[in-house]
Amino acid sequence: MAISSNGHAASEASGTVAIRTEGLAKAFGATAALAGVDLAVEAGELVALLGPSGSGKTTLLRVVAGLEQPTGGRIFFGGEDATFVPVQARRVGFVFQSYALFKHMTVAENIAYGLRVRPRRARPPRDAIRRRVGELLDLVQLAGLERRFPSQLSGGQRQRVALARALAVEPKVLLLDEPFGALDAQVRRDLRRWLRELHDRTGHTTLFVTHDQDEALELADRVAIMHRGRIEQVGTPDEIYDHPATAFVAGFVGDAVRLPAAAEAAGLRVGAHMIPSPVVAANGTRRDDGPAVLFVRPHDLVPVADHVHGIAVEIAAVRRAGSGHRAEVMLGHGLPPVDVVLPAGRTARRGDRIRVAFANLRVFPA
Amino acid sequence: MSETLPRAAVGACLDAMPRHAPATRRRGGVIDESAPVQTALVAAAVGILALLVVLPLLAVFTEALRRGVGHYLESFADADTQAAIRLTLMVAGIAVPLNLVFGLAAAWAITKFEFVGKSLLVTLIDVPFSVSPVVSGLVFVLLFGAQGVFGEWLAAHDVQIVFAVPGLVLATVFVTVPFVARELIPLMQEQGTSEEEAALTLGASGLRTFLSVTLPNVKWALLYGVLLCNARAMGEFGAVSVVSGHVRGLTNTMPLHVEILYNEYNFVAAFAVASLLAGLALVTLVAKSILEWRGGDQLERSRRI
Ligand SMILES: Nc1ncnc2c1ncn2[C@@H]1O[C@H](COP(=O)(O)OP(=O)(O)OP(=O)(O)O)[C@@H](O)[C@H]1O
Ligand SMILES: [Mg+2]
Repeated sequence: MAISSNGHAASEASGTVAIRTEGLAKAFGATAALAGVDLAVEAGELVALLGPSGSGKTTLLRVVAGLEQPTGGRIFFGGEDATFVPVQARRVGFVFQSYALFKHMTVAENIAYGLRVRPRRARPPRDAIRRRVGELLDLVQLAGLERRFPSQLSGGQRQRVALARALAVEPKVLLLDEPFGALDAQVRRDLRRWLRELHDRTGHTTLFVTHDQDEALELADRVAIMHRGRIEQVGTPDEIYDHPATAFVAGFVGDAVRLPAAAEAAGLRVGAHMIPSPVVAANGTRRDDGPAVLFVRPHDLVPVADHVHGIAVEIAAVRRAGSGHRAEVMLGHGLPPVDVVLPAGRTARRGDRIRVAFANLRVFPA
Repeated sequence: MSETLPRAAVGACLDAMPRHAPATRRRGGVIDESAPVQTALVAAAVGILALLVVLPLLAVFTEALRRGVGHYLESFADADTQAAIRLTLMVAGIAVPLNLVFGLAAAWAITKFEFVGKSLLVTLIDVPFSVSPVVSGLVFVLLFGAQGVFGEWLAAHDVQIVFAVPGLVLATVFVTVPFVARELIPLMQEQGTSEEEAALTLGASGLRTFLSVTLPNVKWALLYGVLLCNARAMGEFGAVSVVSGHVRGLTNTMPLHVEILYNEYNFVAAFAVASLLAGLALVTLVAKSILEWRGGDQLERSRRI
């Protein structure tokens, strides 16, 4: 058994990685939809691809599925090079944003399609197919609707038929393109939870695209943030949210306000204020001197009681937000306002002066 | 089917009404006040249709039956007439399947792939609609006639195209090229490729995908296109007239035969053959309506009608 390294890094327990891409690139004419994507999805993992519109999420999913041929790089399924494997042989379950159900087939026919089109040798017998369809209908909670046509279903039901159809072929990986994109907020939330449960039960390796960050952070084991055809950061929802690796991620995740700043020897200058070096060192990463950007989320600034510490600011507006209030303050002339969450039970009025301190400082070189 | 027709018809009427009603109501003041104008417009439309469509149609049958049914039927006993009918059926029998295949292939290529010269192809498909049929016929004579570009080569190899059946088929195929393709392209464009892609990811081969997904999705539009294509193939006069050479019993199709009989003052026979063509038109109309009812569901779902 002297079969040794075939390029795998020693630390990477090969076999548990279900999908791996290496420098994946895809150009449409002059646009580079993918510009070198390296991503590894472990078996059984639920990974979300999150990014702004046009960042290449759909393209990445389509290239992984084999619906699009990459112009560079390679794709591995469970360690095997699948770059040139045709789409039919990849055994992926793909759920399209528009569902793409077969309009002229019933729900049952749609779900059975992937089994029926198999070559005779591999095709299960008729009643095995019928049984499997029944099981899947139960799984997606659509029992009783098998004779309906797609046009007779609600959006959420169509979505689940599409999922059942993809699951019928026992795919190696499940690829979902904005699976809840076309649904209203309530249905979305229900289906989101349902999908997570389904995933926990069936354990399919799943890669899904979304541009809704709440969805990605709530649902996924890990989140990959895409930007301009590249992956900016991959990590657990906590890592992504609490420790953004790049300025783009810091600005994209959470309701962050972007403020221009300058790192100096004495500390970080933001508008008219100077945050002293020790405070910066305690709450964030110290950057090299020079122009910088600071990202501020609502919970990053907290009111402080004493009259010595923190920054004195004037309240520009107060809004009700859920159970408490939020105050809008300006850190400097011409800077966009940032939100400060007021402690429960406390409110304030426009024009009041309060002192605030940074609980968190996310600074990146400009 | 007999059950679905009336229901579909009623549905179509009900369907059409609410769509127009709000618009009518919004400009209601104007339209209510000018009821006489409305009536006049409708009367004008009906009058013109009666004068230009119904009256000639009636005239065809009246003339054909002027000397009784016996005479009418006798016209069809003529060998040349029978040859003309056979030739028309044969030409249509070749041209329509050819255009069915071409239309499907062209629509498939145009709507499902990206390639250079795509817009040129779309434009080319429309050429037969914009060129006078006589010109189309002349082009074939210029290409394949005795003095034509390929004339010498064809003569040397003893191939007769112009003034023979191949020429008739060519001319007919040419003038009927757009029908199937034009019917399919907008529908297939509307439907996009995602259903096909879904089939592929589920393991279906390209052919299987075409047969089980693409074809059923365009079935009604395809039949509709074939119907129109057939009507035109059987009725075409101009292009066919140029390439035919009018050899009685050999290269005369029905429309050409009608003209010859008429020029020979053989009115009953001329109108008898013409009545067949008129009958074809009526059958086509009925079939078209049936297709619209039956296929309305599919066409509606693709938001085309
Ligand atoms: N078939 C195509 N032809 C040309 N350009 C394309 C094609 N598909 C995608 N692109 C381009 O590639 C880039 C990435 O597109 P992609 O659809 O992957 O984005 P996305 O992240 O899925 O966006 P969205 O959230 O809006 O769906 C875009 O600039 C897009 O215009
Ligand atoms: Mg997309």
